Amino acid sequence: MRRFRNIILPAALALLAGCNSVVLNPSGDVAARQRDLLVHSTMLMLLIIVPVIALTLFFAWRYRASNKAARYEPDWHHSTRLELIIWAAPLLIIICLGALTWLGTHLLDPYRPLDRIAPGQPVTEAHKPVDVNIIALDWKWLFIYPEYGIATVNEMAVPIDTPIRMRITAQSVMNSLYIPELAGQIYAMPGMETKLHGVLNRTSTSHGFSANYSGAGFSGMRFAFRGLTASDFDQWVQQVRAGDDALTREGYLQLAKPSENEPVRHYAQVDDTLYHAILNRCVAPGTVCMDQTMAHAKMGHAEMAHARAHDEHE
Amino acid sequence: MSTLFGRLSLESLPLHEPIVVGTFIAVAFGAAALLAAITKYQLWGYLWREWFTSIDHKKIGIMYMVLGLVMLLRGFADAIMMRLQQAIAFGGSEGYLTAHHYDQIFTAHGVIMIFFVAMPFVTGLMNYVVPLQIGARDVAFPFLNNFSFWMTVAGAMLVMTSLFVGEFARTGWLAYPPLSGLEHSPDVGVDYYIWALQIAGVGTLLSGVNLLATIIKMRAPGMTLMKMPVFTWTALCTNVLIVATFPVLTAALALLSLDRYVGTHFFTNDFGGNAMMYVNLIWIWGHPEVYILILPLFGVFSEVTSTFSGKRLFGYSSMVYATVVITILSYIVWLHHFFTMGSGASVNSFFGITTMIISIPTGAKIFNWLFTMYRGRIRFELPMMWTVAFMVTFVIGGMTGVLLAVPPADFVLHNSLFLVAHFHNVIIGGVLFGLFAAIYYWWPKAFGFRLAPFWGKVSFWFWVVGFYVAFMPLYVLGLMGVTRRLRYFDDPSLQIWFVIAAFGAALIACGIGAFLVQIYVSIRDRVSLRDLTGDPWNGRTLEWSTSSPPPEYNFAFTPIIHDGDAWWDMKKRGYQRPTAGFRSILMPRNTGAGVILAALSFVLGFALVWYMWWLAAVSFIALIAYAIHHTFDYNREYRIPAEQVLRTEAARTQLLAAGG
Repeated sequence: MRRFRNIILPAALALLAGCNSVVLNPSGDVAARQRDLLVHSTMLMLLIIVPVIALTLFFAWRYRASNKAARYEPDWHHSTRLELIIWAAPLLIIICLGALTWLGTHLLDPYRPLDRIAPGQPVTEAHKPVDVNIIALDWKWLFIYPEYGIATVNEMAVPIDTPIRMRITAQSVMNSLYIPELAGQIYAMPGMETKLHGVLNRTSTSHGFSANYSGAGFSGMRFAFRGLTASDFDQWVQQVRAGDDALTREGYLQLAKPSENEPVRHYAQVDDTLYHAILNRCVAPGTVCMDQTMAHAKMGHAEMAHARAHDEHE
Repeated sequence: MSTLFGRLSLESLPLHEPIVVGTFIAVAFGAAALLAAITKYQLWGYLWREWFTSIDHKKIGIMYMVLGLVMLLRGFADAIMMRLQQAIAFGGSEGYLTAHHYDQIFTAHGVIMIFFVAMPFVTGLMNYVVPLQIGARDVAFPFLNNFSFWMTVAGAMLVMTSLFVGEFARTGWLAYPPLSGLEHSPDVGVDYYIWALQIAGVGTLLSGVNLLATIIKMRAPGMTLMKMPVFTWTALCTNVLIVATFPVLTAALALLSLDRYVGTHFFTNDFGGNAMMYVNLIWIWGHPEVYILILPLFGVFSEVTSTFSGKRLFGYSSMVYATVVITILSYIVWLHHFFTMGSGASVNSFFGITTMIISIPTGAKIFNWLFTMYRGRIRFELPMMWTVAFMVTFVIGGMTGVLLAVPPADFVLHNSLFLVAHFHNVIIGGVLFGLFAAIYYWWPKAFGFRLAPFWGKVSFWFWVVGFYVAFMPLYVLGLMGVTRRLRYFDDPSLQIWFVIAAFGAALIACGIGAFLVQIYVSIRDRVSLRDLTGDPWNGRTLEWSTSSPPPEYNFAFTPIIHDGDAWWDMKKRGYQRPTAGFRSILMPRNTGAGVILAALSFVLGFALVWYMWWLAAVSFIALIAYAIHHTFDYNREYRIPAEQVLRTEAARTQLLAAGG
């Protein structure tokens, strides 16, 4: 078993890494910790899986009908001790795995702000996070950088060693935002907002994509994902800002129309209220925002409750 | 025109899709040849009297298996097309399938394989075996059984119709809104999906009720719950799951159809709709569904292991408890299908851990089979070969399943080809391997002759090797971050893995081919393969006590049970088959009502898909009217006279004597 762990598993991992398995060899700390959890869980389960497979094959061979030398006990069908082991062995594995799961799920909750950049490198006040608001459209991705006032289509750039705070929604149908180099995926859903935190630890050029089928143009819903040094990132921002396109509400409604394999686009300016309007489904003129409707509804309930209380009082 | 044909027009026929047209021509010729042959050999009357209208659970069981097999060929054709597309769509090539076609194919593949292959196979198996195992003469509601079967056929026919008239859904097999809503899928595809599943769902639910009542009420005297054969136990649990969960599917689809037909907003983006509700509902059905499929096969493996090891099943009661625990736990794991929708760490952990807990009873089951083999005398007939292949394959699928139950690991693997590999690993390695074991095991019982082993072994090796070659590359691709349902790829380094997977699919095709050859060869050589004893494997449960194939009444006398392995116990105590003193037997009479009701349901479904409101109204009224009419049919039983029973049993006595 130890030999297996020492030789074969790393060899298998190396083999997979060799065929550029991004999931097993990502550039971001969050994705790397998710990979670690994956590998540890696998090893934990192999503790029981390997013996079971070996025993199956061994028993099948040992007790074959032609082997008259093997013991044959046609009526042996119960052993309390064996039954205890049978139930206890998987139970113990699952207790360990359950503990690992509970911890890992809380530590790697996509909504949880990062507490470290890399192993041994906690997040300090010096690390100012970069916010990106991400919208899945039919069939392209829109990235809004609120503090820079810029937006891009099908290209996302981030500075390395900096916490990235992503807020994610969608215009029409469900998609899933997945950037394997950075962190695990989370769904992008219309009228709902999900959050994702990640950090990239080395410069890289890769891809992100939608990991949930969303219609005809789904296969082309990939975007360039660039991990840049801080200065390169600033330069990139300047470059985007230097353009002369601005993303207005009307422009957004045009952009939101279904299209496939969209090229990268940069917007030097973006309407501040656009993301809020997309999330609340009120970009089109004359539509009421969902949060307003809900606030009204809540107020309506409150008023009604108040009125009822008033009636009862009388 | 549109009042007459709704939205059906000549443009609805996929004449611009050469692949579909070619398929249609091939199917049309095949069907014409089949119908001509049936007419030529004057088999219509025979088929109608002996099969279509039959309410004998054995014949219905066999018809379910035939349906499953036919639909397997369709579903597998879809699989081959997908594998081919993904193997060639590289380097700027978009392959040979348009998005419109490809997206229908992967949706249809999933829907067909689950609802119209796996479900009919499993239901057919339970239908055939359960009454025999519990010493009953039929199921509790024989007519309902026939009706259930034909409703399943009607659903399958609706899916098949969508291939040539209109289109099928382009949404993935669970049709998540908002994509499946009217706004994003205005065409008929989703409507075909909804009505096919609703019609087949009636069949599934009623057959669940039927088998549940059968197992609870119709066991032979002496067969207490803890003396039931394990297969019957797993059938019981599966039918509990069916009865509890299929209504949820019905409700979810009904709400979706209200959104699509009358403009409600249950799952729409606007006006307060919430698509998450659908996702929750569909998986509250969807997760138990996978246990509905696998549990009966766990039962099959138990029967097979014990029979071919020549040994009593190890740990019968822990096997039963494990099954019951899985049944209950399967209801509280559904959220693991969408950890990635942002439910929060505590919710995700809860569902992750409940999912893992299921692996404990499942693991216990594996160990029980292992220790049944231990100190046995294992005969490696085909059913046992499939069982060993299952044990090795299934634990790998189980491991990757538990891995996906760890939420942070799921974040990187959700919807990836790793997931695709996982569920094929458990469904092929568990359900399908189990079905093959079951088919080889019970075939001699059903038809009176064994399946010729040579082609079965060819099929076995092609299937098992083909499975590994087809799906192990998908695990690798998943770890390379490749998601599912993609139609083309940029990264050329992925291609080799898809080519290997396509080769694996070709091996599986050989496996299916060899299986069909095996059936043909066995029917051809049926005289030399004949089983005279009724007990070709030295079996342990009641179905082996009767003749192969069993008489229509199954048992001339209801057996009395003293032990879990009832037939083994009877053999051990020197059981003498009664040869005299027979009495007449009351049996249910055939009826065409099931066929007619299902045909009307098909017309209703078709009319609703195409908005032919007049036809929908007419067929709906006819459906209700005919159902009421059928309730006035009081002539539902017939009596087999004692002399005929005597003749049948005497013939068997002669056969047994001839067989020595």
